[in-house]
Amino acid sequence: MYAQMVDTGARVAPGELDEQEQRFQARIDEGIRVEPQDWMPERYRKTLIRQISQHAHSEIVGQLPEGNWITRAPSLKRKSILLAKVQDEAGHGLYLYSAAETLGVSRDQLVDELHSGKAKYSSIFNYPTLTWADVGTIGWLVDGAAIMNQVPLCRCSYGPYSRAMIRVCKEEAFHMRQGYDLLISLCKGTPEQKQMAQDALNRWWWPSLMMFGPPDAESVHSQQSQAWKIKLFTNDELRQKFVDQTVPQAEYLGLTIPDPKLQWNAERGHHDFGEIDWDEFYNVVKGNGPCNRERLATRKKAWDDGEWFREALVAHADKRAAQ
Amino acid sequence: MNSTWPLWEIFIRSQHGLAHRHVGSLHAPDAAMAINNARDVYTRRNEGVSIWVMKSADITASSPDDKAALFDPANNKVYRHPTFFPMPEDVKGL
Ligand SMILES: [Fe+2]
Ligand SMILES: [Fe+2]
Ligand SMILES: [Fe+2]
Repeated sequence: MYAQMVDTGARVAPGELDEQEQRFQARIDEGIRVEPQDWMPERYRKTLIRQISQHAHSEIVGQLPEGNWITRAPSLKRKSILLAKVQDEAGHGLYLYSAAETLGVSRDQLVDELHSGKAKYSSIFNYPTLTWADVGTIGWLVDGAAIMNQVPLCRCSYGPYSRAMIRVCKEEAFHMRQGYDLLISLCKGTPEQKQMAQDALNRWWWPSLMMFGPPDAESVHSQQSQAWKIKLFTNDELRQKFVDQTVPQAEYLGLTIPDPKLQWNAERGHHDFGEIDWDEFYNVVKGNGPCNRERLATRKKAWDDGEWFREALVAHADKRAAQ
Repeated sequence: MNSTWPLWEIFIRSQHGLAHRHVGSLHAPDAAMAINNARDVYTRRNEGVSIWVMKSADITASSPDDKAALFDPANNKVYRHPTFFPMPEDVKGL
């Protein structure tokens, strides 16, 4: 997802928790929210910093693939919509950085970790946006997958994170719909335009399924995260839900999902689907996807180019304060 | 020069007549920029008609350890609620 494979630290069996931690777990089980000033296990705090900051970084880096198309949008209407969408993603990043900061990290530290490559962001944003149809497909699939993951997180155990997610989710519905709306236009357009949409789906389908993270059998940290209620459903559960939701949407557009094994399984009441290429996923996570280097370089350049402006703002503030 | 921008708490009044409500926080070099940033971060969809910003460092919060001392006394004073008093059904205007 926007946060993939979040390390929860050394695992502690429920029987080995000390008294304080047992009380903490009991409160979580009761559904009581944890707030910044409450006592929390160090492992919980560190895991949340990793998860929330990874999520924040994804929102920020996630602006880049779509940002590529702002100057080339085919109409003023589409350009205004895309600008608003990309601006929302910046806002999402800020809500989430603020939530992470309540856990005792500084914004500068988080940004440094992104720029140094130490912190991760979602694998999905390391794929290129080759055509205008990619903008629609990202809204439909990537924001659609994000919603699937983020709606349950509105109920997560950490108060500031859950409140940030509530804000984010309100805005994501617009993101998904504008993407689907864009694709409806293309699919009702010329054969070339429809083909453009099909090509985008062909390229984004598998990376979108990878967004949910490794299969449950390989997700070593899932159990702990679920006990802490900072993960409410498993990767495979969410992935299945996503496939089931998306198939009829693709049908409506008249597009073919690029998976010959995709098939309704009446017995399970779900769609079966083909094997995901996990080598590709791990390769992207390691930094070798098609755009990893470009994305980081763009982020760093934006940060460095803005330095004189940040300094000027501080100089102005200092001068005013001295008056 | 101090390059770390202070943290500001943001309060938005959503409509005339309602109180300002805390909506979140952000970093800014000064109060004027905090209002500008709050406009962009928290009111992109007409969420407000007025913004207050306040340095987070200036807020004094009650400590979770004092929860019992502060709030328990109110627990056993149910008579402070009108529902504590059963009223005769045929008497109106109460
Ligand atoms: Fe977002
Ligand atoms: Fe998101
Ligand atoms: Fe989004």
